[in-house]
Amino acid sequence: MEQKIAVKVDDLTVAYNYKPVLWDIDLEIPEGVLMAIVGPNGAGKSTLIKSILGILKPIAGSVSIYDKPYDKQRSLVAYVPQKGSVDWDFPTTALDVVMMGTYGSLGWIKRPGQKEKKAALEALEKVGMLPFKNRQISQLSGGQQQRIFLARALVQNASIYFMDEPFQGVDATTEIAIINILKELRKAGKTVIVVHHDLQTVPEYFDWVTFLNVKKIATGPVKDIFNDDNLTKTYGINYKVSIQE
Amino acid sequence: MDITEYIKLVFTDYTLRTITMGTAILGAVTGMLGSFAVLRKQSLLGDAISHAALPGIAIAFLITGTKDTNVLLLGALISGLLGTFWIRGIISKTHLKSDTALGLILSLFFGFGMLLLTFIQKQPNANQAGLDKYLFGQAATLVESDVWLMAIVTGICLFVLLLFWKEFKILLFDADYTKTLGFNTNFIDVLITSFIVLAIVLGLQTVGVVLMSAMLLAPAAAARQWTDSLGIMVFLAAVFGAFSGVFGTAISATQNNLSTGPVIVIVAGVFVLVSFVFSPSRGLLFKQIRFIKNRRDLQLHNTLAFMFRIAETHENISHPHAIKILNNFQGFTKGTLQKLVRKNYVKLDGSMWSLTEEGFKIASNLYNQQSDNNE
Repeated sequence: MEQKIAVKVDDLTVAYNYKPVLWDIDLEIPEGVLMAIVGPNGAGKSTLIKSILGILKPIAGSVSIYDKPYDKQRSLVAYVPQKGSVDWDFPTTALDVVMMGTYGSLGWIKRPGQKEKKAALEALEKVGMLPFKNRQISQLSGGQQQRIFLARALVQNASIYFMDEPFQGVDATTEIAIINILKELRKAGKTVIVVHHDLQTVPEYFDWVTFLNVKKIATGPVKDIFNDDNLTKTYGINYKVSIQE
Repeated sequence: MDITEYIKLVFTDYTLRTITMGTAILGAVTGMLGSFAVLRKQSLLGDAISHAALPGIAIAFLITGTKDTNVLLLGALISGLLGTFWIRGIISKTHLKSDTALGLILSLFFGFGMLLLTFIQKQPNANQAGLDKYLFGQAATLVESDVWLMAIVTGICLFVLLLFWKEFKILLFDADYTKTLGFNTNFIDVLITSFIVLAIVLGLQTVGVVLMSAMLLAPAAAARQWTDSLGIMVFLAAVFGAFSGVFGTAISATQNNLSTGPVIVIVAGVFVLVSFVFSPSRGLLFKQIRFIKNRRDLQLHNTLAFMFRIAETHENISHPHAIKILNNFQGFTKGTLQKLVRKNYVKLDGSMWSLTEEGFKIASNLYNQQSDNNE
C-alpha cells in the first residue's frame, strides 16, 4: 500500500546546555495513523513534539510536512499542549480559549467574528463541553480543561494533530471521550501524534508507535513492533507486557 | 482646606489641576499595562525597569547639562529599555532564572545611578540640585506639557492595545501555542514590554524610581479580584489607577502637602486591600461567608438525611422522635431542627420531632441531587 508521508524528521538533534535531549532523530510518520510516542521520563517525548513545531530550536535537523518545510505548512498542523503548561486562573472563558484556535487563520489584527464563533461552538459540542462555554476556565475540572484544549485544536481544522499527554490526570470517562475523538480524526484521514504514558493502553488505542529514549529506538505499526524487545531497549529494564490480541 | 474648597481649587488652580490630571492619566496608563505585567507573572519587571532608568537620568544630565524633563526622561527611557533587554538576554542566554536576572539588573543599574548622582552633587555647579527628586518623585513639578506628553503616550498605548488585543491575549495565556499558530511571539513580547517601559518612565517624575512598580501592580492586582474577563480587568485597572492618582493628589494637597507619590501608592494599596476583602467571588470576606453557609447547609442536609433514614424504618414517614434520639446518635442541635421546622421540612409536636411529607420528598431527592452535581 502506497502511503503518503505526513511528517518527516531528518537528523533532529536538540540539546539543553551540553546534554543531548534528542540525538539524531529520523522519523517518517505516514498519513492517517494514530501514533503514540512512548518512552521513559526525560526521554525527550515532549521535546520532540516541541522541536517539530518550532517551539524549541534544535541544534541540527529539519522537519517537513507533506514534503514542504514546516514554516510553509503551519496551517496544516494543530497542537494540544500539556494541560499544566498554562495558568488556568487566566481571566477568560472556555469559549474564548477555543476561539483562540481560529486566530492562526485570521492572522494579525483581524478579530474573530460570527463564523469563528460558530466553529468554536461546534468544537465545544464535539468534546461535550457546550454547556460550559461561558464558564471561567479555572472553574473547570482537569478533564474539562483537557477537552477545552482539544476543542481549541479541533477548531483549527488541521490535517496533523500533535498532542502532549492528553490523557494525563483525566478520569476514565474523559479518557474514553478523548480517544473516541482521536479515532474519529483518524477515520477522517487525519494524522494524530500523541505523547503517551500508559503502555497498557497502547495496543488498544493506537495503530502506530514510536519508541523514544533520546535516540529513536523503533517506529512502526503497533502489531509489528510493540513487543518486549523494544520495550526493554527503551525502558532499560526487562519489560514484560501482556498484549491482548 | 475642606472638600468643597478643594474641588473648587481643582477647577481654578493651575498647579493643582495639572497635577490632578497628570496623576490620573499616569494611574490609568500604568494600571492598563500593569494588568499585562501581572498576568505574565512579571510583577518584578516594573521594579527592575524603574530602577534601571536612574543612570539614564544622571547620564542625560551629565551630557546635556540641562534639567529639562523631556531630556532626562529620554535618558531614562534609553537606560530602562537597555536594562529590560539585558534582562531578557540574561534569561535566554544563560541558565539564570528570571528573578535572578531581574534582581541583578535592578541593583546594578540602581547602584550605578546612585553613584552618578553623588558624583553630580560633588560638581561645582549650582545647577545640579534637584535630580534626586526622581528617587521618590515630585508631582508638584508637573507642568502642562508633561501632562500632554502623558496623554499622547496613553492614547498611542490604548490604540496599540486595541489593535493587537487578540495577539496580546493569546500570548499572555499560552505563548507556545501562539508560536505554533505562526505569530511572531518575540514581536508581540517586545511591543508589550516597550510600552510598559514607556509608562514607567513617564511616571518617574511624579512617583519616582523606588515606588513606581506599585503603580503598575496595585491597580491590576485589585482589578483581578472583581472580574474574570481580561477586557474588564484592564479597564478596571485603569479606573483604579486613575482614582488612585486623583485621591492621592487630593489627600496630599489637603493634608499640609504630604509627598504626592507615596500617598498615591498608599491609596492604590487601599484599593488592593478592599478588593482582597470585599470582592464577591474571590474576596476573603465572601469566601468565609460561603464557607459558613455551606457548613450550615451541610448540617441541615445531614440532619434531614438522618431523619430520612430512621423514617424509612417506620411505616409512617412522620413517625415522631424525641430530640434525644436524634442528637444522641449524631449530636444534632435543637437549632438545626428548628431551622428545618421553619422550612416546613420537620414538624414539632410537643417535644417530639417528625419529618413532614415535604421534608421526606426533599430528603429522598438529596441523594439524587448530590450525584447529579458531581456530573
